[in-house]
Amino acid sequence: MTPEQIAETLKAEFDGAVVDAIMSGGHPSVVIAAERWHEVALFLRDDPRLRINFLRCISGIDWLERGEIEAVYDLQSLRPAGPGELWSGDNDVAVRVRVPREGGHIPSVADVWPAADWHERELYDMFGVVFDNHPDLRRILCPDDWVGHPLRKDYEHPLEYHGIPGTTEFGQKSPRH
Amino acid sequence: MAETILESQPDPLMDWRKSDGDGEPDFGDVRTEEMLVNMGPQHPSTHGVLRIVLRTDGELVLEAIPHIGYLHRCAEKIGENLQPYQYIPKTDRMDYLAAMNNNHAFSVAVEKLAGIEVPERAGYIRIIMAEMNRIASHLVSFGTYGLDMGAFTPFLYAFRERERILDLFEAVCGARLTYSYITIGGVTQDLPDRFLETLAEFLDYFEPKVDEYNQLLTYNHIFVKRTAGVGIISPEDALRWALTGPVLRGSGIKWDLRKTRPYDLYSRFEFDVPVGLPGGSEGIPREVRVGDCWSRYFVRMQEIKQSVRIVRQCLEQIPDGEYKAKLPKTLKLPETEVYFEAEGARGQLGFLVVGDGSAIPYRVKVRGPSFCNLSVTTQVCRNVLLADVPAIVGSIDIVMGEVDR
Repeated sequence: MTPEQIAETLKAEFDGAVVDAIMSGGHPSVVIAAERWHEVALFLRDDPRLRINFLRCISGIDWLERGEIEAVYDLQSLRPAGPGELWSGDNDVAVRVRVPREGGHIPSVADVWPAADWHERELYDMFGVVFDNHPDLRRILCPDDWVGHPLRKDYEHPLEYHGIPGTTEFGQKSPRH
Repeated sequence: MAETILESQPDPLMDWRKSDGDGEPDFGDVRTEEMLVNMGPQHPSTHGVLRIVLRTDGELVLEAIPHIGYLHRCAEKIGENLQPYQYIPKTDRMDYLAAMNNNHAFSVAVEKLAGIEVPERAGYIRIIMAEMNRIASHLVSFGTYGLDMGAFTPFLYAFRERERILDLFEAVCGARLTYSYITIGGVTQDLPDRFLETLAEFLDYFEPKVDEYNQLLTYNHIFVKRTAGVGIISPEDALRWALTGPVLRGSGIKWDLRKTRPYDLYSRFEFDVPVGLPGGSEGIPREVRVGDCWSRYFVRMQEIKQSVRIVRQCLEQIPDGEYKAKLPKTLKLPETEVYFEAEGARGQLGFLVVGDGSAIPYRVKVRGPSFCNLSVTTQVCRNVLLADVPAIVGSIDIVMGEVDR
Protein backbone atom coordinates (compact mmCIF):
# COMPACT_ATOMS: atom_id res chain seq x y z
CA MET A 1 0.00 0.00 0.00
CA THR A 2 1.13 3.54 -0.63
CA PRO A 3 1.38 5.94 2.32
CA GLU A 4 -1.80 7.66 1.08
CA GLN A 5 -3.74 4.39 1.19
CA ILE A 6 -2.37 3.60 4.65
CA ALA A 7 -3.50 7.03 5.85
CA GLU A 8 -6.97 6.42 4.39
CA THR A 9 -7.17 2.97 5.97
CA LEU A 10 -6.22 4.35 9.36
CA LYS A 11 -8.73 7.19 9.03
CA ALA A 12 -11.48 4.69 8.25
CA GLU A 13 -10.47 2.33 11.03
CA PHE A 14 -9.75 4.77 13.86
CA ASP A 15 -12.06 7.69 14.40
CA GLY A 16 -10.01 10.75 15.26
CA ALA A 17 -6.67 8.99 15.72
CA VAL A 18 -5.19 10.37 12.51
CA VAL A 19 -4.36 14.00 13.21
CA ASP A 20 -2.75 14.78 9.88
CA ALA A 21 -1.23 13.13 6.82
CA ILE A 22 1.86 14.73 5.28
CA MET A 23 2.26 13.24 1.83
CA SER A 24 4.40 15.86 0.12
CA GLY A 25 8.17 15.96 0.51
CA GLY A 26 10.64 13.15 0.78
CA HIS A 27 9.22 11.50 3.86
CA PRO A 28 5.48 10.73 3.64
CA SER A 29 4.05 10.26 7.08
CA VAL A 30 0.88 9.95 9.10
CA VAL A 31 0.46 11.92 12.31
CA ILE A 32 -1.21 9.88 15.03
CA ALA A 33 -2.59 11.18 18.32
CA ALA A 34 -0.29 10.08 21.13
CA GLU A 35 -2.98 8.46 23.29
CA ARG A 36 -4.20 6.27 20.39
CA TRP A 37 -0.74 5.26 19.16
CA HIS A 38 -0.53 1.86 20.85
CA GLU A 39 -3.78 0.52 19.40
CA VAL A 40 -2.89 1.94 15.98
CA ALA A 41 0.50 0.21 16.20
CA LEU A 42 -1.16 -3.10 17.01
CA PHE A 43 -3.47 -2.63 14.04
CA LEU A 44 -0.55 -1.82 11.72
CA ARG A 45 1.21 -4.98 12.80
CA ASP A 46 -1.74 -7.38 12.80
CA ASP A 47 -4.00 -6.21 9.99
CA PRO A 48 -3.72 -8.72 7.13
CA ARG A 49 -3.58 -5.91 4.56
CA LEU A 50 -0.60 -4.25 6.25
CA ARG A 51 1.37 -6.67 8.45
CA ILE A 52 4.03 -4.09 9.20
CA ASN A 53 6.66 -6.18 10.93
CA PHE A 54 9.80 -4.09 10.64
CA LEU A 55 10.42 -0.99 12.72
CA ARG A 56 13.39 0.58 11.01
CA CYS A 57 14.02 3.56 13.20
CA ILE A 58 12.55 5.96 15.73
CA SER A 59 13.85 9.50 15.46
CA GLY A 60 13.11 12.38 17.73
CA ILE A 61 12.80 15.96 16.56
CA ASP A 62 12.51 18.92 18.90
CA TRP A 63 10.36 21.66 17.37
CA LEU A 64 11.23 24.42 19.80
CA GLU A 65 9.03 27.11 18.21
CA ARG A 66 5.96 24.89 18.11
CA GLY A 67 6.67 23.67 21.64
CA GLU A 68 6.49 20.06 20.53
CA ILE A 69 8.65 17.00 20.44
CA GLU A 70 7.98 14.63 17.61
CA ALA A 71 8.77 10.93 17.50
CA VAL A 72 9.07 9.63 13.95
CA TYR A 73 8.61 5.88 13.48
CA ASP A 74 9.84 4.51 10.16
CA LEU A 75 7.95 1.35 9.36
CA GLN A 76 8.01 -1.29 6.68
CA SER A 77 6.71 -4.77 6.05
CA LEU A 78 9.03 -7.49 4.73
CA ARG A 79 7.55 -10.61 3.21
CA PRO A 80 9.05 -13.74 1.73
CA ALA A 81 8.53 -13.98 -2.02
CA GLY A 82 9.37 -17.63 -2.58
CA PRO A 83 12.14 -20.10 -1.86
CA GLY A 84 15.54 -18.65 -2.70
CA GLU A 85 14.11 -15.33 -3.84
CA LEU A 86 14.62 -11.85 -2.53
CA TRP A 87 12.08 -10.78 0.06
CA SER A 88 9.70 -8.07 -0.96
CA GLY A 89 9.20 -4.96 1.10
CA ASP A 90 6.30 -2.56 0.97
CA ASN A 91 4.04 -0.37 3.12
CA ASP A 92 6.92 2.04 3.73
CA VAL A 93 5.42 4.71 5.91
CA ALA A 94 6.46 7.01 8.70
CA VAL A 95 4.27 7.60 11.72
CA ARG A 96 4.66 10.80 13.68
CA VAL A 97 3.56 11.19 17.26
CA ARG A 98 3.66 14.70 18.67
CA VAL A 99 3.72 15.54 22.35
CA PRO A 100 4.30 18.79 24.25
CA ARG A 101 7.92 19.51 25.15
CA GLU A 102 7.21 19.46 28.87
CA GLY A 103 5.71 16.35 30.39
CA GLY A 104 5.24 14.49 27.11
CA HIS A 105 4.03 10.91 27.33
CA ILE A 106 3.91 8.39 24.49
CA PRO A 107 2.69 4.80 24.91
CA SER A 108 5.57 2.42 24.36
CA VAL A 109 5.39 0.07 21.39
CA ALA A 110 8.22 -2.16 22.62
CA ASP A 111 5.66 -4.94 23.07
CA VAL A 112 4.52 -4.53 19.46
CA TRP A 113 7.98 -4.31 17.90
CA PRO A 114 10.79 -5.22 20.34
CA ALA A 115 13.16 -3.14 18.20
CA ALA A 116 11.50 -0.08 19.73
CA ASP A 117 13.02 -0.87 23.13
CA TRP A 118 16.40 0.78 22.65
CA HIS A 119 15.13 3.49 20.32
CA GLU A 120 12.61 4.60 22.92
CA ARG A 121 15.26 4.61 25.60
CA GLU A 122 17.37 6.81 23.35
CA LEU A 123 14.48 9.20 22.83
CA TYR A 124 13.88 9.36 26.56
CA ASP A 125 17.58 10.00 27.15
CA MET A 126 18.00 12.63 24.46
CA PHE A 127 14.61 14.40 24.55
CA GLY A 128 13.03 13.60 27.90
CA VAL A 129 9.91 11.99 26.42
CA VAL A 130 8.48 9.39 28.78
CA PHE A 131 7.31 6.14 27.22
CA ASP A 132 4.50 4.57 29.22
CA ASN A 133 4.67 0.81 29.84
CA HIS A 134 8.24 0.57 28.57
CA PRO A 135 9.90 -2.56 30.03
CA ASP A 136 13.10 -0.80 31.15
CA LEU A 137 13.00 2.95 30.67
CA ARG A 138 16.35 4.42 31.67
CA ARG A 139 19.06 6.43 29.99
CA ILE A 140 21.00 4.58 27.34
CA LEU A 141 23.79 6.79 25.98
CA CYS A 142 24.28 9.30 28.80
CA PRO A 143 25.26 8.28 32.33
CA ASP A 144 22.40 7.61 34.73
CA ASP A 145 23.08 10.79 36.72
CA TRP A 146 23.26 13.09 33.71
CA VAL A 147 21.22 16.28 33.99
CA GLY A 148 19.07 17.40 31.07
CA HIS A 149 18.33 15.98 27.66
CA PRO A 150 21.10 16.83 25.19
CA LEU A 151 19.23 16.87 21.88
CA ARG A 152 16.70 19.44 23.03
CA LYS A 153 17.25 22.68 21.20
CA ASP A 154 17.44 24.75 24.39
CA TYR A 155 19.89 22.37 26.10
CA GLU A 156 22.64 24.05 28.07
CA HIS A 157 25.98 22.33 27.87
CA PRO A 158 27.12 21.51 31.43
CA LEU A 159 30.33 23.23 32.45
CA GLU A 160 31.30 20.54 34.92
CA TYR A 161 30.56 16.85 35.39
CA HIS A 162 32.08 15.02 38.39
CA GLY A 163 35.06 17.37 38.36
CA ILE A 164 35.57 17.03 34.60
CA PRO A 165 35.47 20.48 33.02
CA GLY A 166 33.12 20.65 30.05
CA THR A 167 33.62 23.61 27.79
CA THR A 168 32.93 24.31 24.17
CA GLU A 169 35.17 26.08 21.73
CA PHE A 170 32.88 29.08 22.14
CA GLY A 171 33.94 29.44 25.74
CA GLN A 172 30.97 29.40 28.05
CA LYS A 173 28.45 29.86 25.26
CA SER A 174 26.43 26.93 24.08
CA PRO A 175 26.49 25.88 20.43
CA ARG A 176 23.93 27.20 18.00
CA HIS A 177 20.80 25.35 19.02
CA MET B 1 37.51 -32.79 2.26
CA ALA B 2 35.51 -30.55 4.49
CA GLU B 3 32.68 -33.05 4.52
CA THR B 4 34.73 -35.85 6.06
CA ILE B 5 36.13 -33.68 8.82
CA LEU B 6 32.76 -32.33 9.77
CA GLU B 7 30.94 -35.60 10.31
CA SER B 8 28.50 -34.83 13.05
CA GLN B 9 29.19 -36.42 16.40
CA PRO B 10 27.05 -36.43 19.52
CA ASP B 11 27.94 -33.46 21.64
CA PRO B 12 28.01 -34.27 25.37
CA LEU B 13 27.85 -30.57 26.18
CA MET B 14 24.62 -30.11 24.28
CA ASP B 15 23.12 -33.13 26.03
CA TRP B 16 24.12 -31.70 29.38
CA ARG B 17 22.39 -28.48 28.51
CA LYS B 18 19.14 -30.17 27.66
CA SER B 19 16.41 -29.29 30.07
CA ASP B 20 13.64 -31.49 31.36
CA GLY B 21 11.06 -29.53 29.43
CA ASP B 22 10.33 -26.66 31.79
CA GLY B 23 12.50 -24.23 29.80
CA GLU B 24 15.09 -23.98 32.59
CA PRO B 25 18.45 -25.73 32.53
CA ASP B 26 18.62 -28.94 34.51
CA PHE B 27 21.41 -29.33 37.03
CA GLY B 28 20.28 -32.45 38.85
CA ASP B 29 21.04 -32.18 42.54
CA VAL B 30 23.92 -29.71 42.20
CA ARG B 31 23.36 -26.58 44.32
CA THR B 32 24.29 -23.41 42.51
CA GLU B 33 24.34 -19.71 43.17
CA GLU B 34 23.78 -16.79 40.85
CA MET B 35 26.54 -14.27 40.32
CA LEU B 36 26.64 -10.97 38.46
CA VAL B 37 29.71 -10.61 36.26
CA ASN B 38 30.74 -7.53 34.34
CA MET B 39 32.08 -8.34 30.92
CA GLY B 40 33.78 -5.15 29.83
CA PRO B 41 33.83 -2.20 29.33
CA GLN B 42 37.45 -3.17 28.72
CA HIS B 43 37.42 -6.67 27.37
CA PRO B 44 39.20 -8.00 24.30
CA SER B 45 36.16 -9.69 22.84
CA THR B 46 33.68 -6.84 23.18
CA HIS B 47 35.21 -4.96 20.21
CA GLY B 48 35.28 -1.61 21.92
CA VAL B 49 33.95 -0.22 25.13
CA LEU B 50 30.86 -2.33 25.60
CA ARG B 51 29.83 -3.56 29.03
CA ILE B 52 27.63 -6.61 29.31
CA VAL B 53 26.31 -7.47 32.74
CA LEU B 54 25.99 -11.23 32.90
CA ARG B 55 23.79 -12.98 35.43
CA THR B 56 25.62 -16.26 35.63
CA ASP B 57 25.05 -19.56 37.30
CA GLY B 58 28.32 -21.44 37.12
CA GLU B 59 29.21 -21.64 33.45
CA LEU B 60 25.72 -20.73 32.38
CA VAL B 61 24.59 -17.24 31.48
CA LEU B 62 20.99 -16.71 32.49
CA GLU B 63 20.75 -13.14 31.28
CA ALA B 64 23.02 -10.67 29.52
CA ILE B 65 22.25 -6.97 29.64
CA PRO B 66 24.39 -4.71 27.46
CA HIS B 67 25.24 -1.26 28.77
CA ILE B 68 26.32 1.17 26.09
CA GLY B 69 27.19 4.83 25.85
CA TYR B 70 30.87 4.77 26.76
CA LEU B 71 31.80 6.10 23.33
CA HIS B 72 28.99 8.63 22.99
CA ARG B 73 30.41 11.63 21.17
CA CYS B 74 27.24 13.65 20.47
CA ALA B 75 27.40 12.97 16.73
CA GLU B 76 23.76 13.93 16.23
CA LYS B 77 24.07 17.18 18.17
CA ILE B 78 27.13 18.10 16.14
CA GLY B 79 25.11 17.42 12.99
CA GLU B 80 22.75 20.22 14.02
CA ASN B 81 25.65 22.68 14.13
CA LEU B 82 27.56 21.90 10.95
CA GLN B 83 26.90 22.13 7.24
CA PRO B 84 26.54 18.75 5.53
CA TYR B 85 29.99 19.10 3.92
CA GLN B 86 31.51 19.64 7.31
CA TYR B 87 29.61 16.74 8.79
CA ILE B 88 31.13 14.16 6.41
CA PRO B 89 34.30 13.70 8.54
CA LYS B 90 32.04 13.10 11.52
CA THR B 91 30.35 10.21 9.72
CA ASP B 92 33.78 8.61 9.23
CA ARG B 93 34.09 8.29 12.96
CA MET B 94 30.86 6.41 13.50
CA ASP B 95 31.60 3.10 11.84
CA TYR B 96 35.32 3.66 11.50
CA LEU B 97 35.89 0.26 9.90
CA ALA B 98 33.64 1.14 6.98
CA ALA B 99 34.02 4.90 6.75
CA MET B 100 33.42 5.02 2.99
CA ASN B 101 30.01 3.40 3.43
CA ASN B 102 29.09 6.00 6.02
CA ASN B 103 30.22 8.88 3.79
CA HIS B 104 28.21 7.30 1.01
CA ALA B 105 25.00 6.90 3.00
CA PHE B 106 25.08 10.45 4.34
CA SER B 107 25.94 11.92 0.95
CA VAL B 108 23.06 10.13 -0.75
CA ALA B 109 20.70 11.30 2.00
CA VAL B 110 21.69 14.94 1.53
CA GLU B 111 21.59 14.59 -2.25
CA LYS B 112 18.05 13.25 -2.03
CA LEU B 113 17.09 16.14 0.22
CA ALA B 114 18.66 18.86 -1.92
CA GLY B 115 17.91 17.20 -5.27
CA ILE B 116 21.48 16.81 -6.50
CA GLU B 117 22.44 14.69 -9.48
CA VAL B 118 25.73 12.82 -9.25
CA PRO B 119 27.90 12.53 -12.38
CA GLU B 120 28.19 9.02 -13.76
CA ARG B 121 31.91 8.59 -13.14
CA ALA B 122 31.52 9.79 -9.57
CA GLY B 123 28.77 7.22 -9.06
CA TYR B 124 31.05 4.41 -10.16
CA ILE B 125 33.96 5.62 -8.04
CA ARG B 126 31.64 5.74 -5.04
CA ILE B 127 30.49 2.19 -5.55
CA ILE B 128 34.07 0.94 -5.99
CA MET B 129 35.04 2.61 -2.74
CA ALA B 130 31.97 1.44 -0.84
CA GLU B 131 32.46 -2.17 -1.93
CA MET B 132 36.21 -2.15 -1.26
CA ASN B 133 35.52 -0.78 2.19
CA ARG B 134 32.91 -3.47 2.72
CA ILE B 135 35.60 -6.04 1.92
CA ALA B 136 38.06 -4.38 4.30
CA SER B 137 35.43 -4.28 7.02
CA HIS B 138 34.47 -7.92 6.54
CA LEU B 139 38.16 -8.83 6.67
CA VAL B 140 38.46 -7.20 10.08
CA SER B 141 35.32 -8.99 11.15
CA PHE B 142 36.72 -12.31 9.93
CA GLY B 143 40.08 -11.76 11.60
CA THR B 144 38.78 -10.58 14.95
CA TYR B 145 36.12 -13.25 15.04
CA GLY B 146 38.90 -15.79 14.68
CA LEU B 147 40.68 -14.07 17.57
CA ASP B 148 37.54 -14.28 19.69
CA MET B 149 37.35 -18.00 18.99
CA GLY B 150 40.99 -18.52 19.87
CA ALA B 151 42.50 -18.64 16.39
CA PHE B 152 45.24 -16.06 16.12
CA THR B 153 46.60 -16.77 12.64
CA PRO B 154 43.62 -15.82 10.44
CA PHE B 155 43.82 -12.31 11.84
CA LEU B 156 47.28 -11.86 10.33
CA TYR B 157 46.08 -13.14 6.97
CA ALA B 158 43.10 -10.80 7.02
CA PHE B 159 45.22 -7.79 7.86
CA ARG B 160 47.75 -8.67 5.17
CA GLU B 161 45.08 -8.14 2.52
CA ARG B 162 43.33 -5.31 4.31
CA GLU B 163 46.63 -3.45 4.34
CA ARG B 164 46.67 -3.48 0.54
CA ILE B 165 43.12 -2.13 0.41
CA LEU B 166 44.12 0.64 2.81
CA ASP B 167 47.12 1.38 0.54
CA LEU B 168 44.67 1.81 -2.33
CA PHE B 169 42.53 4.16 -0.25
CA GLU B 170 45.63 6.06 0.78
CA ALA B 171 46.54 6.53 -2.86
CA VAL B 172 43.05 7.87 -3.53
CA CYS B 173 42.56 10.28 -0.66
CA GLY B 174 45.61 10.24 1.60
CA ALA B 175 43.85 8.69 4.58
CA ARG B 176 43.91 5.12 5.77
CA LEU B 177 40.93 4.97 8.10
CA THR B 178 38.82 8.11 8.10
CA TYR B 179 38.59 8.99 4.44
CA SER B 180 35.94 11.70 3.98
CA TYR B 181 36.42 10.84 0.32
CA ILE B 182 32.84 10.35 -0.81
CA THR B 183 31.14 13.68 -0.44
CA ILE B 184 27.94 15.42 -1.43
CA GLY B 185 27.64 15.45 -5.21
CA GLY B 186 30.46 12.98 -5.90
CA VAL B 187 33.93 12.45 -4.50
CA THR B 188 36.54 14.96 -3.36
CA GLN B 189 39.08 14.25 -6.12
CA ASP B 190 39.51 12.07 -9.17
CA LEU B 191 41.25 8.70 -9.05
CA PRO B 192 45.05 8.85 -9.31
CA ASP B 193 46.92 7.57 -12.38
CA ARG B 194 46.96 3.83 -12.89
CA PHE B 195 44.58 3.35 -9.96
CA LEU B 196 42.12 1.17 -11.84
CA GLU B 197 44.93 -1.09 -13.11
CA THR B 198 46.33 -1.46 -9.59
CA LEU B 199 42.84 -2.24 -8.33
CA ALA B 200 42.34 -4.91 -11.01
CA GLU B 201 45.67 -6.50 -10.07
CA PHE B 202 44.67 -6.48 -6.44
CA LEU B 203 41.35 -8.18 -7.18
CA ASP B 204 43.13 -10.94 -9.13
CA TYR B 205 45.45 -11.42 -6.19
CA PHE B 206 42.73 -11.19 -3.59
CA GLU B 207 39.92 -13.37 -4.89
CA PRO B 208 41.68 -16.75 -4.37
CA LYS B 209 42.58 -15.64 -0.85
CA VAL B 210 38.96 -15.96 0.23
CA ASP B 211 39.16 -19.71 -0.36
CA GLU B 212 42.35 -19.71 1.68
CA TYR B 213 40.46 -18.08 4.56
CA ASN B 214 37.76 -20.67 4.25
CA GLN B 215 40.29 -23.48 4.49
CA LEU B 216 42.00 -21.77 7.38
CA LEU B 217 39.05 -20.87 9.58
CA THR B 218 35.59 -21.38 8.11
CA TYR B 219 35.70 -25.18 8.00
CA ASN B 220 38.09 -25.55 10.92
CA HIS B 221 36.64 -28.20 13.18
CA ILE B 222 37.17 -26.26 16.42
CA PHE B 223 35.74 -23.10 14.89
CA VAL B 224 32.65 -24.92 13.65
CA LYS B 225 32.19 -26.50 17.09
CA ARG B 226 32.36 -23.08 18.73
CA THR B 227 29.96 -21.31 16.37
CA ALA B 228 27.58 -23.77 14.70
CA GLY B 229 24.25 -24.10 16.45
CA VAL B 230 25.20 -21.33 18.89
CA GLY B 231 23.21 -18.12 19.29
CA ILE B 232 20.43 -18.98 16.88
CA ILE B 233 18.28 -16.02 15.84
CA SER B 234 15.06 -17.14 14.19
CA PRO B 235 13.84 -15.18 11.14
CA GLU B 236 10.84 -14.01 13.17
CA ASP B 237 13.09 -12.65 15.90
CA ALA B 238 15.35 -11.03 13.32
CA LEU B 239 12.40 -9.07 11.96
CA ARG B 240 10.96 -8.27 15.38
CA TRP B 241 14.26 -6.81 16.51
CA ALA B 242 14.76 -5.06 13.14
CA LEU B 243 18.14 -6.66 12.55
CA THR B 244 19.80 -5.79 9.29
CA GLY B 245 22.79 -6.69 7.18
CA PRO B 246 24.63 -10.00 7.50
CA VAL B 247 22.84 -10.68 10.79
CA LEU B 248 19.44 -10.54 9.08
CA ARG B 249 20.64 -12.53 6.08
CA GLY B 250 22.30 -15.07 8.36
CA SER B 251 18.80 -15.82 9.63
CA GLY B 252 17.77 -16.75 6.11
CA ILE B 253 16.03 -13.52 5.11
CA LYS B 254 17.10 -12.49 1.66
CA TRP B 255 16.96 -8.73 2.04
CA ASP B 256 19.70 -6.45 0.83
CA LEU B 257 18.99 -2.79 0.10
CA ARG B 258 21.45 -2.84 -2.78
CA LYS B 259 19.01 -5.23 -4.50
CA THR B 260 15.64 -4.52 -2.94
CA ARG B 261 15.86 -0.72 -2.80
CA PRO B 262 18.69 0.05 -5.24
CA TYR B 263 20.26 3.45 -4.69
CA ASP B 264 22.98 5.21 -6.65
CA LEU B 265 24.01 2.87 -9.46
CA TYR B 266 23.49 -0.46 -7.70
CA SER B 267 20.71 -1.52 -10.07
CA ARG B 268 23.31 -1.84 -12.85
CA PHE B 269 25.30 -4.65 -11.28
CA GLU B 270 24.76 -8.36 -11.08
CA PHE B 271 25.48 -10.02 -7.79
CA ASP B 272 23.98 -12.58 -5.46
CA VAL B 273 22.65 -12.02 -1.97
CA PRO B 274 24.05 -14.79 0.24
CA VAL B 275 21.86 -16.01 3.08
CA GLY B 276 22.24 -18.50 5.89
CA LEU B 277 21.48 -22.04 4.77
CA PRO B 278 20.67 -25.13 6.83
CA GLY B 279 23.50 -27.51 7.67
CA GLY B 280 24.16 -30.23 5.15
CA SER B 281 23.57 -27.95 2.13
CA GLU B 282 26.43 -27.57 -0.27
CA GLY B 283 29.49 -26.19 1.51
CA ILE B 284 27.72 -25.96 4.87
CA PRO B 285 28.84 -28.19 7.77
CA ARG B 286 26.20 -30.48 9.12
CA GLU B 287 26.04 -28.92 12.61
CA VAL B 288 25.01 -25.52 11.24
CA ARG B 289 21.53 -24.16 11.86
CA VAL B 290 20.05 -21.20 10.02
CA GLY B 291 20.60 -18.04 12.04
CA ASP B 292 23.49 -19.29 14.17
CA CYS B 293 26.86 -17.62 14.61
CA TRP B 294 28.46 -19.63 11.84
CA SER B 295 25.75 -18.59 9.33
CA ARG B 296 26.26 -14.92 10.07
CA TYR B 297 29.99 -15.33 9.75
CA PHE B 298 29.70 -17.26 6.50
CA VAL B 299 27.34 -14.69 4.95
CA ARG B 300 30.14 -12.15 5.37
CA MET B 301 32.67 -14.45 3.75
CA GLN B 302 30.40 -14.89 0.75
CA GLU B 303 29.67 -11.17 0.58
CA ILE B 304 33.37 -10.51 0.15
CA LYS B 305 33.24 -12.46 -3.11
CA GLN B 306 30.10 -10.65 -4.25
CA SER B 307 31.74 -7.29 -3.55
CA VAL B 308 34.69 -8.35 -5.70
CA ARG B 309 32.18 -9.15 -8.43
CA ILE B 310 30.61 -5.71 -8.20
CA VAL B 311 33.97 -3.95 -8.29
CA ARG B 312 35.00 -5.94 -11.38
CA GLN B 313 31.83 -4.82 -13.16
CA CYS B 314 32.57 -1.23 -12.13
CA LEU B 315 36.03 -1.52 -13.66
CA GLU B 316 34.49 -2.61 -16.95
CA GLN B 317 31.83 0.07 -17.02
CA ILE B 318 33.43 3.15 -15.48
CA PRO B 319 33.34 6.07 -17.93
CA ASP B 320 35.44 9.23 -18.09
CA GLY B 321 33.92 12.46 -16.95
CA GLU B 322 33.36 14.64 -13.95
CA TYR B 323 34.08 13.32 -10.48
CA LYS B 324 31.87 15.83 -8.69
CA ALA B 325 28.73 17.78 -9.43
CA LYS B 326 29.03 21.55 -9.63
CA LEU B 327 27.61 22.77 -6.35
CA PRO B 328 27.55 26.11 -4.56
CA LYS B 329 29.97 26.53 -1.66
CA THR B 330 27.04 26.85 0.71
CA LEU B 331 24.30 24.35 0.10
CA LYS B 332 20.90 25.58 1.23
CA LEU B 333 18.72 22.70 2.41
CA PRO B 334 15.00 22.91 1.58
CA GLU B 335 12.35 22.94 4.29
CA THR B 336 11.60 19.25 4.11
CA GLU B 337 13.15 16.07 5.33
CA VAL B 338 14.36 12.77 4.02
CA TYR B 339 14.98 9.40 5.59
CA PHE B 340 17.41 7.29 3.64
CA GLU B 341 18.91 3.92 4.41
CA ALA B 342 21.93 2.42 2.68
CA GLU B 343 23.34 -1.06 2.98
CA GLY B 344 26.49 -0.57 5.01
CA ALA B 345 28.96 -3.27 5.94
CA ARG B 346 27.05 -4.02 9.15
CA GLY B 347 23.52 -3.44 7.98
CA GLN B 348 21.17 -0.68 7.08
CA LEU B 349 22.68 2.65 7.92
CA GLY B 350 19.95 5.26 8.00
CA PHE B 351 20.10 9.04 8.05
CA LEU B 352 17.15 11.29 8.78
CA VAL B 353 18.09 14.79 7.64
CA VAL B 354 15.67 17.63 8.34
CA GLY B 355 16.25 20.88 6.50
CA ASP B 356 14.91 24.28 7.59
CA GLY B 357 15.87 26.47 4.66
CA SER B 358 19.33 27.28 6.00
CA ALA B 359 22.64 25.62 5.18
CA ILE B 360 22.72 23.74 8.47
CA PRO B 361 20.31 20.83 8.99
CA TYR B 362 17.73 21.26 11.71
CA ARG B 363 18.21 17.67 12.77
CA VAL B 364 20.42 14.75 11.77
CA LYS B 365 19.43 11.35 13.08
CA VAL B 366 21.62 8.34 12.57
CA ARG B 367 20.22 4.83 12.58
CA GLY B 368 23.30 2.81 13.35
CA PRO B 369 22.98 -0.80 12.22
CA SER B 370 25.19 -1.98 15.07
CA PHE B 371 22.91 -0.20 17.55
CA CYS B 372 19.87 -2.13 16.39
CA ASN B 373 21.74 -5.39 15.93
CA LEU B 374 23.24 -5.22 19.40
CA SER B 375 19.82 -4.76 21.00
CA VAL B 376 19.04 -8.42 20.33
CA THR B 377 21.85 -9.56 22.66
CA THR B 378 19.62 -10.00 25.69
CA GLN B 379 17.24 -12.12 23.66
CA VAL B 380 19.95 -14.39 22.24
CA CYS B 381 22.25 -14.67 25.27
CA ARG B 382 19.67 -16.40 27.45
CA ASN B 383 20.69 -19.73 28.96
CA VAL B 384 23.88 -19.97 26.95
CA LEU B 385 27.34 -20.93 28.13
CA LEU B 386 29.73 -18.21 29.23
CA ALA B 387 32.09 -19.04 26.36
CA ASP B 388 29.25 -18.59 23.88
CA VAL B 389 28.76 -14.93 24.76
CA PRO B 390 31.91 -13.77 22.91
CA ALA B 391 30.92 -16.05 20.04
CA ILE B 392 27.49 -14.42 19.80
CA VAL B 393 28.57 -10.81 20.32
CA GLY B 394 31.45 -11.30 17.87
CA SER B 395 29.16 -12.76 15.23
CA ILE B 396 26.92 -9.68 15.38
CA ASP B 397 30.02 -7.69 14.40
CA ILE B 398 29.48 -4.40 16.16
CA VAL B 399 31.49 -1.21 16.04
CA MET B 400 30.97 0.76 19.20
CA GLY B 401 31.65 4.07 17.50
CA GLU B 402 28.39 3.57 15.68
CA VAL B 403 26.40 2.08 18.54
CA ASP B 404 27.09 5.09 20.75
CA ARG B 405 27.58 7.72 18.03
